[in-house]
Amino acid sequence: MRRTVVLSVLVPVAVLALTVLAWHLYVTLGDVETFALPAPGLVISTLWSDWNTLGPALWVTLKLTFSALALAIVGGVTLAVLMAQSRWIELALYPYAVILQVTPIVALAPIIVTRIPDTQTALLVLAFVVAFFPILTNTAQGLKSVDHNLRDLFQLHGAGRLRRLWYLEAPAALPYFLTGLRIAGGIALIAAVVAEFAAGSAGAGSGLAFRLFEAQYRFNTPRVFAALLLLAITGVAIFAATSLISAWALRHWHESAVPRDR
Amino acid sequence: MTGTAVRRPLVRLSGVSKTYANGVLALDGVDLSVATGEFVSLLGPSGCGKSTILRLVAGLSPPSAGRVELGASPEEAAGLRREISFVFQEPTLMPWATVAANVMMPLRLRRVPRRDADERVAEALALVGLDGFARSYPRELSGGMKMRVSIARALVTRPKLLLLDEPFAALDEITRFRLNDDLDRLWRQFGWTVLFVTHSVFESVYLSTRVLVMSPRPGRVVRSIAVPDAERNEAWRMGPEYNALCREVSLALHAAMGDAA
Repeated sequence: MRRTVVLSVLVPVAVLALTVLAWHLYVTLGDVETFALPAPGLVISTLWSDWNTLGPALWVTLKLTFSALALAIVGGVTLAVLMAQSRWIELALYPYAVILQVTPIVALAPIIVTRIPDTQTALLVLAFVVAFFPILTNTAQGLKSVDHNLRDLFQLHGAGRLRRLWYLEAPAALPYFLTGLRIAGGIALIAAVVAEFAAGSAGAGSGLAFRLFEAQYRFNTPRVFAALLLLAITGVAIFAATSLISAWALRHWHESAVPRDR
Repeated sequence: MTGTAVRRPLVRLSGVSKTYANGVLALDGVDLSVATGEFVSLLGPSGCGKSTILRLVAGLSPPSAGRVELGASPEEAAGLRREISFVFQEPTLMPWATVAANVMMPLRLRRVPRRDADERVAEALALVGLDGFARSYPRELSGGMKMRVSIARALVTRPKLLLLDEPFAALDEITRFRLNDDLDRLWRQFGWTVLFVTHSVFESVYLSTRVLVMSPRPGRVVRSIAVPDAERNEAWRMGPEYNALCREVSLALHAAMGDAA
């Protein structure tokens, strides 16, 4: 047990260190121009020196990502619960959810941005549209996957719709919802970045994506990499957080979260 | 039909047929009655509609034709509906809930006050020999123990009518014998009326006061064989009476299936 924990930390860290070292050697020994590929040390120092620009931009993107994710959870779960109540609601709503999902956000962005005058609201709508679908489909699937005999048992003991939802369907759907959440967490960040880019929002209140593209136009490659680094760290942190939440919530009973004795 | 005329019928099916949505005729003109306090086994080949009969009695599915009656009057039937417990072939536990929470679920759904419910759950777990496992999760238990939890959940409501759908079919023989004895003991202690589905001749004879033999699909009850009351134990299981009955039931089953006996 201890050995696997040490290994599971040590191996990725070692791989990362080797990659950074190789990158560093490639840039310094190969005399690579900074605008083509900055050395890892330069990326870190740029992150530090440009924090006054990058920090607030990160904050804007984080706010957008988490607002979109929160809305996606509320919207996705609500819609999934409604759809589980009646086949008619499902038939009426599901096609629209699918259409929203399959329409590329980049194509959707101009319409939504011109419809909604406030840029941040428009961005939020765009990121929400992308993030809510995995939560909706997974939760809906979970609500439907309740053991039929358990349903019968609840009926036999006179359980109403609400009690069945609370005591049976919701717990059964939890692992599915959490899978949806893990996907949506990553997607919300990507959607926020894509939305910022597609909407072309600029100025003081703009997010990390705008800063990234701005730096690219100015051939400020170290800043591009610094912004990328921030986005990558954010993505990993969201993934780690949602994975931890999932493991914690399912720790007592779900095969995915229970350690296996050998 | 034997010895049931004196006692009040609790369950009566008259001319009951069931056709499923896919057109399969599962039951065709089933007549049967179960008296209060009887332990009746439904024995028949797979797919003969044994489980369907239990679902009809529980009110989980309506008959296509014929009548399913509980008690002597519609008022009594409404009351009795609330005093039915069902045990499935699989333990059918909620994996996210502890043993105690699983057993408590029927009480929670019936809005029994928490303190009462706690007491009755502890009592039910003790009856099936699972005190000390209240806080375990189903995944930590063996197959036999899960089945005991399922039985505890059925008796926690203090039912009058217990419907058991091949509850021990998936268990090994040793566990099965032990649970047979436990079920027999609880039945004698509480005086439930039991309708028990099985495809084991030996199990049906060991547990029942009466064995109903069914034909292959579409199912009908073709024989009713009474089992004399005797204390169930290993001695009886080894004795001539039990063996003669097993032979009789087995022959009836073969006859029902159209085999040369």
